[in-house]
Amino acid sequence: MSANNDSIGKTITVTVLLCVVCSVIVSAAAVLLKPQQIANKNLDRQTNILAAAGVDYEGKDIPELFASTITKKYVDLATGKYTDVADPARYDAKKAAKDPELGIKLDKSVDAASIKYQAKVMPVYLVEDNGQIEKIILPIHGYGLWSTLYGFIALEGDLNTVVGLGFYSHAETPGLGGEVDNPNWKAIWPGKKVYPEGSMEPALGLIKGSVDAASANAEHQVDGLSGATLTSNGVTNLVKFWMGANGYAPFLANLKTGGA
Amino acid sequence: MSATKEVLITPLFKNNPIGLQILGVCSALAVTSNLNTALVMALAVTVVTAFSNMFVSLIRNQIPSSVRIICQMTIIASLVIVVDQILKAYAYDVSKQLSVFVGLIITNCIVMGRAEAFAMKNPPGISFLDGIGNGLGYGVVLIFVGFLRELFGAGKLFGMEVLPLVNDGGWYLANGLMLLPPSAFFIIGMFIWLVRSFDKAQVEAPEFELAKNTKKEAV
Repeated sequence: MSANNDSIGKTITVTVLLCVVCSVIVSAAAVLLKPQQIANKNLDRQTNILAAAGVDYEGKDIPELFASTITKKYVDLATGKYTDVADPARYDAKKAAKDPELGIKLDKSVDAASIKYQAKVMPVYLVEDNGQIEKIILPIHGYGLWSTLYGFIALEGDLNTVVGLGFYSHAETPGLGGEVDNPNWKAIWPGKKVYPEGSMEPALGLIKGSVDAASANAEHQVDGLSGATLTSNGVTNLVKFWMGANGYAPFLANLKTGGA
Repeated sequence: MSATKEVLITPLFKNNPIGLQILGVCSALAVTSNLNTALVMALAVTVVTAFSNMFVSLIRNQIPSSVRIICQMTIIASLVIVVDQILKAYAYDVSKQLSVFVGLIITNCIVMGRAEAFAMKNPPGISFLDGIGNGLGYGVVLIFVGFLRELFGAGKLFGMEVLPLVNDGGWYLANGLMLLPPSAFFIIGMFIWLVRSFDKAQVEAPEFELAKNTKKEAV
C-alpha cells in the first residue's frame, strides 16, 4: 500500500472501477438466474396447491398435472363474483394488496388476520369435473407469532367441508409454531366444517389441547399446537378472516346459489 | 507442515473462527436447527470467504487504505448476492429455510475478519486457501451443533428419523429447547470446552483471580 494509493484521484478511480465490476457481476447473476428462480417459485406454489387439494403429485410432472387438474380463476372479494384481471400472467395478489388502486387498507376492527392490506381481487383454484366444482382451493394468509403465514385451504364441492390446509411460507419457531407443517397435524383438518348449518359465519378454529370427538362442536375444532398458542391463535384468526365476510364468504355464498 | 497445509488445517480446531476467534456466532445460532441448512450455510460461507479473500488479495495493492473496509464490503456483498441468487435458482427449498441468513453472510465477521487480517497482506493463492480453511472451520462447528440439535431436538439426522418421537408413536420425547437458538450457545460452549481440554494452548490466562471463599457468620 504505497502512499499514492490514498490520493483523491486514485481513491475515486479504484472505488468507481470496483463498483462497476461488482454491479456487472451482480446484475448478470440476477438476470441470468431469473427464469430458473421464477420456475422454482411457480413449481413450489403449484405443488402446494396440489397438496392442499389432496391430489397425489408424488413423482409426477407437476406443471402438467397442475394444468390438467386445476383451473385458475379470479374473484372480486367485495362482490363475490368472478372477474378478470388485466394481465393474468403477471397478476400478483401480494403486490396488488399494497397498490392504492388494486388493494384496500383494512380497518383495525375487521383485520383479524393482521394483514393490514388486502387485494381486491384474489385468485382461486378449482378442481372441476364436467363443469361441476369438485374442490376449491383458496389462498389465505395472516400473521402468526413471528411471521406472516402464507398457505391454502381447500374445500369440498359442498363449499363447507375442508379437504386440506397447508402453509407454503412462514417463519414460525421450528418445533413449536413450525409444527403447522407437521403432516400429523395437517391430517386433522380434512373433514372439518367451516360454517355451521345455515350460516356464513365461519366457526372453524383451533382450540387449546385436543378436540373431544364427542363434543357438539368437534367438527369445527382442530387441536391447537402445543407450546405455540400465538401461532395457533394466528391460524384461527386467519382462517376466520378469510372465510368470513371480508374474505371468501360472499363468493362462496354466490357459488352455492350459482350466482358467481 | 507446509504453509499451504497450515492455512487449511489450523482454522479447523487450532484457530477455529468460532471456537477461538469467537467470530460468526450469530449465524451459527440461527441456521443450525437441522443439518441440512447447517451444511448449505457452511458451504455458502466457505465459498464467499474463499473468493472474497482471493479478490481482496488480488487488488490489495490498489485499495486505498482510507476506504479499504468499504472496498472489502463491496466485494463481499457482491459475492453474497451471487451465492443467494444461485441458491434460489438451484436449491430453492434450502434457500427458503435459510431465508435472510444467506444475505446476512455479509455481516458474518469471519468473512470480513479474514479479508482484513489475511488477504490484505498475502498473495491471492494462499488467501483463497485461508478462506477455504476458515470456512471449513466455521463448517465444523455448524455441523457439530447441527448434529446435536437435530438429533436431540427432532430425533432426526438430515431429515431421516433416528430416534422415533413420542408424537409419532415412538419413545423419544424431543427436547424443544434444542430447536431454539439459545441451545446453540450451550453447544458452542461445549465445543470450545472440548477443544480446549485437548489443546491447552488455547486456554487464556484468567483475567482475575477468584477471591478465596471466606467464612462469614450469618447476621
